[in-house]
Amino acid sequence: MRTSSPPTAAASSDAAHAALTPALLERLRAVCGRDHTYTDADQLRTYESDGLLQYRATPGVVVLPGCAAEVRDVVRACADAGVPWVARGAGSGLSGGALPVARGVLIALTRMRAVLEVDLPNQRIVVQPGVTNSEVSAAVGPTHFYPPDPSSQIVCSIGGNVAENSGGAHCFKYGFTTNYVTGLEVVLPDGEIVTLGGKELDQPGYDLLGAFVGSEGTLGICTSVTLRVIPVPESIKTMVAFFDTTGEAGETVSEIVSGGVIPGAIEMMDNLTIQAAEQAVGAGFPTDVGAALIIELDGSRVECDACFDDVVAICERNGAIGIRIAGDEAERAAIWRTRKAAFAAMGRIASNYYVQDGVIPRTKLPEVLARIAELSETYGMRVANVFHAGDGNLHPLVLYDGDGEAARAEELAGRIVEACVDAGGSITGEHGVGVDKKRYMPRMFDEPDLAAFQMLRCAFDPRGLANPGKVMPTPRLCGEVPGPYRRHPLERDGLAERF
Amino acid sequence: MPAGTIRRETPQTAADAAQLLRAAADEGTAVRIAGAGTKSWGHPGAECVVRLHTGALDAIVEHNEGDLTALLQPGVSLRELDELLAGAGQMLALDPPLGAGDAATVGGVIAAADSGPLRHRYGAPRDLVLGITAALSDGTLAHAGGKVIKNVAGYDLAKLFSGSFGTLGLIVELAVRLHPRPRAQATATGTTDDPAALARAASLVAHSSLELQSLDVRWEAARGTVLARFGGVAAADQAVAAQRLLASAGMRAATVADDDALWALQRAGQRSAEGGAVVRVSGRPSQLADVCVAAQVAGATLVGRAALGVSWIALPAAAPGELVTAIARVRKVLAPSPCVVLDAPAYVRTHLDPWDHPEDSALVLMRRVKARFDPTATCNPAVFVGGI
Repeated sequence: MRTSSPPTAAASSDAAHAALTPALLERLRAVCGRDHTYTDADQLRTYESDGLLQYRATPGVVVLPGCAAEVRDVVRACADAGVPWVARGAGSGLSGGALPVARGVLIALTRMRAVLEVDLPNQRIVVQPGVTNSEVSAAVGPTHFYPPDPSSQIVCSIGGNVAENSGGAHCFKYGFTTNYVTGLEVVLPDGEIVTLGGKELDQPGYDLLGAFVGSEGTLGICTSVTLRVIPVPESIKTMVAFFDTTGEAGETVSEIVSGGVIPGAIEMMDNLTIQAAEQAVGAGFPTDVGAALIIELDGSRVECDACFDDVVAICERNGAIGIRIAGDEAERAAIWRTRKAAFAAMGRIASNYYVQDGVIPRTKLPEVLARIAELSETYGMRVANVFHAGDGNLHPLVLYDGDGEAARAEELAGRIVEACVDAGGSITGEHGVGVDKKRYMPRMFDEPDLAAFQMLRCAFDPRGLANPGKVMPTPRLCGEVPGPYRRHPLERDGLAERF
Repeated sequence: MPAGTIRRETPQTAADAAQLLRAAADEGTAVRIAGAGTKSWGHPGAECVVRLHTGALDAIVEHNEGDLTALLQPGVSLRELDELLAGAGQMLALDPPLGAGDAATVGGVIAAADSGPLRHRYGAPRDLVLGITAALSDGTLAHAGGKVIKNVAGYDLAKLFSGSFGTLGLIVELAVRLHPRPRAQATATGTTDDPAALARAASLVAHSSLELQSLDVRWEAARGTVLARFGGVAAADQAVAAQRLLASAGMRAATVADDDALWALQRAGQRSAEGGAVVRVSGRPSQLADVCVAAQVAGATLVGRAALGVSWIALPAAAPGELVTAIARVRKVLAPSPCVVLDAPAYVRTHLDPWDHPEDSALVLMRRVKARFDPTATCNPAVFVGGI
């Protein structure tokens, strides 16, 4: 992302936390080796932001452990010293989730890049957290693939995907990271290693996997990830339809979905986004249309063929002014390149942008788009819209020039998020809360909700050492840790027993 | 209150339910939470003075047809919900056995994480729950998640509560994702009397590019069947392709257009006859032949989700002591795959750990979760793993 906004105050390290000491530094060096323990200012600067450059903080030390045992020893050393830490994968996150704690410890998982096991008979792969999203599909191809496909998939790491519960263009049909993680090895903030799930489904007990995935690095660090992979579809058919208005494109989406077709992907770009992406990619999208709708059907050939004609008819019925069907893999790739270039291409029409990640019920699309247009006019700032239309996940890009407008752009983006929540949606669909959206959490969640979140947090991390200052809108401490499990009175009286 | 008195409570509102839990926590009494009571699973647990039933919390709060979502109270009957959604050409893709009188409730099914053959394509209950509101034993109503199908704001407590057997609190409202009902359905079947051949054929279909709605197996009286069901416009064509695949694996293969009865039988196989027991095996697809043999040796019937590795072994009625021995034998053969006892006489669930869960660091963490959400151990005490 291009931005030159002034650094905003970092996520505040809790006052109760200790600072990095020479003794802890020595211990970390002993664990990871001098070569993998960075303290030089130049080296530290590399890690001061993640993909959201508006926020910066310089860690006291960056360590790059090479295996689960080293991660455990690093975390244990931090726990002993009471020093907070932040785990970081590829650093491509867009919510400041991997923003370091100033003068704290940053644990980069980039050296842990091994594919540990490919078990195709059971449709599983076991990887270390630093393996990239694309490498997973490559390791199980060409017969199988791993469906969650964030736009950053070439660089983003599976550990980061687990932390953020990453989605992507194909998750409307195929689901999110959380639907594919069947097992995790996790280092808890006290330095204990715990195994959650495995290759087998439905293991007895609480669904701690479900709780951990998407917890944004606040419950621990995963050191190995077991993922479900699935056979590649027999057939993929991709088309792009152009409309005069986003409203018509939105109606088309609703009609396709309510007709019983679940496309592999269904993505919308508005005029401003098409202009930018077309300048960057040159795939030949007309730049004078109101909206482009990319629709991909995949699955068995007979099913795809049968549904594809229906989809084309629905597009035409809703006023499509042009339909282009990908005739081969190259044409399909060009369509997707245009869509995936949307963010990066914004640099061609504005010097800066601020991206949002709100979600709305799909039927509210027309009214929320109207509201965004109204806000854009009020603020006198252009907003480009690109979205995962099937699941109502909007990525409005607030465009601005010059640093002076950064604060107003952020304010406008905030009002868009509020419009999403007011429409019954969410402040974030796939980028995470991190540090960037935590101030909007009270728009979605009341005090008892936040208190319940904190209950989970405290079960995993009673001292609040894991990625403090993220997700929750205000810092919270955990109450007294409840004592050892209390025997129920009936059990004590011998009227019931437990195993 | 005299000793031994059981109080039956049927809260009318979510707030009433929260108050009730709070009052019980304050006075140190435990609360047994139940929906329709169709699943007596887990450890029999401590005797509870308060029995909370969700029967009055039975509203379909919202059906957002265009968004394919619904907001439900926990006491909604799954069968009634299905009838309503069918009118809109939609479904909640959850098809577990519904118990006596088809009474199973949405809340009960989610809390027990029960599922049926549709799970192959649509996932487990946890994958269909978008958000929850829970009444906690501190008297608060906490909600997590939302009503939209994509959302990563806050912790995913909806997944944590799914399958938690009411031990963390009472789910008083759930938002669920719906799916379009398939326009047509068809099934291909293949039979064999060789467990290894059954496993090979199931694996062949599971790894094919056919887009399955369900992929089940059945092993009964020394004979096995693979059942591959398809939904969609071209369901019949896909079933023919699957039939060819099954035949190529050496099976006697057929296609069945009117296939509802076949699948009703699969669902029924997840429950036991009176006096019998059901063991749910969390295995790997590659273990399927071994699981079939274990079922056969035990004189049991097996149904399984072939590509998921989850199987249900239904042991015939026997003296409780014999059931305990039979279950122990199945567990020994299939270790370390967890073998959870579902349906079983209380004697059986008292004389072995129904959860088959080791004392490990995950269990320590689960106890910490319980202690944070329900520190007074008010909600469904002693029914869950490790005596939670």
